Amino acid sequence: MKLQEIVKELGLAVRCAAHNLDKQVSGGYASDLLSDVMANSKKDNIWITLQIHQNIVAVASLKDLAGIIIVNGREPEEEALKKAEEENIPIMLTKLPTFEVAGRLYKLGIPGKV
Amino acid sequence: MVQDKEITRVQELTYELKVKDLMTTDVATVSPKDTMNELRKILRIRRISGTPVVEGNQLVGIVSIEDLIKCLADGAMDASIEEKMCKEVETLYADESLVHAVSKFNRYGFGRLPVIERDQGKLVGILTKGDIIRGLLKKLEIEYHEEEIHRYRASHIFEDIVADKTSLHFQYNIVGQDFNRAGESASGLRKTLSRLGFPPQMVRRVAIAAYEAEMNIVIFTNGGQISARVQPELIKIEASDTGPGIPDIERAMQPGFSTAPEWVQELGFGAGMGLSNIKKCADKMILTSQVGKGTELKATIYIKERGN
Repeated sequence: MKLQEIVKELGLAVRCAAHNLDKQVSGGYASDLLSDVMANSKKDNIWITLQIHQNIVAVASLKDLAGIIIVNGREPEEEALKKAEEENIPIMLTKLPTFEVAGRLYKLGIPGKV
Repeated sequence: MVQDKEITRVQELTYELKVKDLMTTDVATVSPKDTMNELRKILRIRRISGTPVVEGNQLVGIVSIEDLIKCLADGAMDASIEEKMCKEVETLYADESLVHAVSKFNRYGFGRLPVIERDQGKLVGILTKGDIIRGLLKKLEIEYHEEEIHRYRASHIFEDIVADKTSLHFQYNIVGQDFNRAGESASGLRKTLSRLGFPPQMVRRVAIAAYEAEMNIVIFTNGGQISARVQPELIKIEASDTGPGIPDIERAMQPGFSTAPEWVQELGFGAGMGLSNIKKCADKMILTSQVGKGTELKATIYIKERGN
């Protein structure tokens, strides 16, 4: 499934790198610990987190993640958005909590492991 | 002349890409009971040259601008589409490789092929030659990007150097306690290695190790350095700082053991997985530390893909 379709299905607000939503998502990973994401996420995963500072972009970029969903209606820091735009990493916002987002993604056929 | 290499990549892509990746899902359809006149309007408004004919969910035919022209010439614009459409429709499955689609287009010379779902036969999209060309170009553009130019030049670097022993040395200075810049060195190293043409899997391993080492320096020290020594067969990462040192290395290596302050953990750092992450990524790792003096970490990653 492509990011674009996920955005549509979950009604996410795309905050940056909106031109890069054509990516095929390989699976999902949900965690707020950056090292955990570094260790266990896979290339082209969509990452669900509540972290909002700019280091999430570094992690997503280093791991070649497809995009970041920020939950609970949290707004990312401006620097994070700027970096994400530079690195071409879509950041998408939702009011839903992590559990709900993961559940809906799973229902759409996004697997939790590859 | 097109180079052989490029042809190969495009051919490869036709195997990798699926029909559903390239098809248009927003399909204009007509019903068999509609008239050719109605078809004319749809073709004009949508600026298309043909459309599937659908009854319920089922594809029953396909009708094109050529059929319309025939009707115009015969003055039969009030005829139903059912009478004029082509009933034996060649279709594609959404999960088929693009290569099948290409060979079907070549075989039949059609301008478009409806795409159906394998189980139910439901119409899910339409694929035109234009979709294929656009899709391939887009994919190529994404893959090759501007990075490719750098990579092409840089990947020859080891071949071009004449020496008995060659190594490239990159050094990054890390500012302690600066969480805004944390990760920049690892990102920089990753970009550099990609441009040098190292395999992505390996670049990712180096980047993870460098990132975790960098984070440790940022979280626990007032600063330090990370260097990467790149040789044709291996990459050595060295991280050093003059920070507080690690009293119990064995304990520090245990996943989940963290001495990071709470506010750092709230930011998502200091999960106690950094060192074990580095160990997982590296083929060799040596950690030495003296309390009050500093810590030195050496990680080696061999350039052959692991498991070979």
